[in-house]
Amino acid sequence: MKMPKKMKLSYLLNFLGLVLLFSIFVLMFESKIFGTSTTYIKGIFTTACYTIIMVTSLNLVVGCMGEFSLGHAGFVSVGAYFSAITSNALAGRGIPDLLLLIIALIAGGLAAGLTGILVGIPALRLRGDYLAIVTVAFAEIIRVAFCNFEITGGGKTMSGIAKLADFYWAFWIMVICVTVMFMYVRSRYGRTVKSIREDYIAAAASGINVTYYKVLTFAVAAFFAGVGGGLYAHYMTAMIPTNFNFNYSAELLSEVIIGGTGSLTGSVIGAAFLSSLPELMRQFSTYRMLAYSIVLVLVMIFRPGGIFGTWEFSLTRLLERVAGKAPKAQKGGE
Amino acid sequence: MTVSLFVQSLINGLNQGAIYALIALGYTMVYGIIRMINFAHGDFIMIGSYTLFYTIPLMVNIGMPAWMAVILAVIVCTIVGILVETIAYKPVRKAGPMSALITALAMSIFLENLAMALFGAKPHNVQKIFSLPTINVAGVALPMNVLLTIVIGLAIMLLMQIFIKKTKIGKAMRAVPQDRDAAILAGINVDKIITLTFAIGSGLAAIAALMYCAKYPRVTNDMGSMMGIKAFIAAVLGGIGVIPGAMLGGILVGLIEIFVKLYAPGWYEAITYSILIVILLVKPSGILGKNVGEKV
Repeated sequence: MKMPKKMKLSYLLNFLGLVLLFSIFVLMFESKIFGTSTTYIKGIFTTACYTIIMVTSLNLVVGCMGEFSLGHAGFVSVGAYFSAITSNALAGRGIPDLLLLIIALIAGGLAAGLTGILVGIPALRLRGDYLAIVTVAFAEIIRVAFCNFEITGGGKTMSGIAKLADFYWAFWIMVICVTVMFMYVRSRYGRTVKSIREDYIAAAASGINVTYYKVLTFAVAAFFAGVGGGLYAHYMTAMIPTNFNFNYSAELLSEVIIGGTGSLTGSVIGAAFLSSLPELMRQFSTYRMLAYSIVLVLVMIFRPGGIFGTWEFSLTRLLERVAGKAPKAQKGGE
Repeated sequence: MTVSLFVQSLINGLNQGAIYALIALGYTMVYGIIRMINFAHGDFIMIGSYTLFYTIPLMVNIGMPAWMAVILAVIVCTIVGILVETIAYKPVRKAGPMSALITALAMSIFLENLAMALFGAKPHNVQKIFSLPTINVAGVALPMNVLLTIVIGLAIMLLMQIFIKKTKIGKAMRAVPQDRDAAILAGINVDKIITLTFAIGSGLAAIAALMYCAKYPRVTNDMGSMMGIKAFIAAVLGGIGVIPGAMLGGILVGLIEIFVKLYAPGWYEAITYSILIVILLVKPSGILGKNVGEKV
């Protein structure tokens, strides 16, 4: 495939931007600017990284496909448990930590993706609120199953997972995941799914296999949710099935909605902000979800598309504007 | 299984089912009229239970029977229901089903966390509501309050059915979901009808709270969310928008849960959710519902 020169340039620019961002973080942590709380702040950033993956993946379903999934925590938990089991099985065989983490994450992601296909085929026949409630049902079934299986701790805490993930690796894994999801949304597949969202009858009439594309998107979203869950497992090192209950799904969904349905930028910023906010204001933790829900209602009343709507951040556009050759005449261009 | 165990489970199941049925009734009425899953409905039960927790001692102090506290609970729940509807749901009603669903979810989270901020996360124990004897029939213990619960459930179901089918307001309630514009043309104040539906649904939640607390006297801030979803399953199972369907669905879900609990205690919730999935895939309109094709 030949890439247009402009596209190549923008990929390079974005990559440089990311490297710059990453070096700022490294500088921040290595220079011990926060003193004793460096590890703590690093932890908050790691939390933000895996939350970003989970929320962005949910946005594929909510924003791109226009359907509600209230059971995303189910896929997260499948990824988390499966990757933990994989890394436990492979531990102590001389595999380098990073490789082990990547193997575990991919295993977790694949397991979650497979679950996504199995759930998606029957569930995606439904739409709207019925689909939302069915995803809740599937997530609860997954949770009950993990509470009963011996290998996942049998309803008790599963601990002793190797701590393989730290902020630096979590950052790059997050970058890769978000990039792939962004490319998916912009690809032919993503456009097809968007056309289904706009009018599924018209899409089907134009020869699109609606079920196939819906299940595919659902599986992709589940895959990345699983990767996020794997990162969670290998950062937290202990987990219990009740972590991944209905409230967790609702929290993820509200982060998508507040950030902006259909805007991956919104998801990234929303997830990073909303997941680190409660940590920064620990004394108000009781009021965290209270504040969430009020914001959610206000967003729904005054800005139904979310804070960022469908707007996407673009580094190239920003640079062009800074350079003073902003193409003002070109309206709505990408 | 011995006969006495079977009968005992049957009674327990009917009791559980009657509670689900009452909650499902509230769901079915609201969903039937504005096509929206009111996630906050389960939390109205939580509010009703907290009201009972605080008002029962008051009632006992002034020498009234404890169950009279339900009147206050109904009033509180109705007010909360109307408030939630006017403040949160009404502004997003035109924005489409997605916004409505999220707002409902947000209200559920809001009520749960408000209760946590107000009353703490510790469970509260509600005082005994009914002091009725337990009679023994052929080795089966029959607590009278269980029978009372079932009777109350049946009576309310019957009353609602008569209300919907025979009164003018009930007719208006049936007209709104059929064709909203035509209903407006016929002189029905749609907003008022929707608010009224919410008020009735919330009031029923308070009665369900009484029945729930008579059986399980523990109140926590998150008791409503899962119960609400199960009651919604009951409503879908029976056929959403159909009042006898809510009752049938509720009792079926209650019975299935209690009987599965006997054999596989860890899995009973999974079974309930599987029923929902199967029903939605095989007959989305429910047992008593009518199939309505989709218009292009």
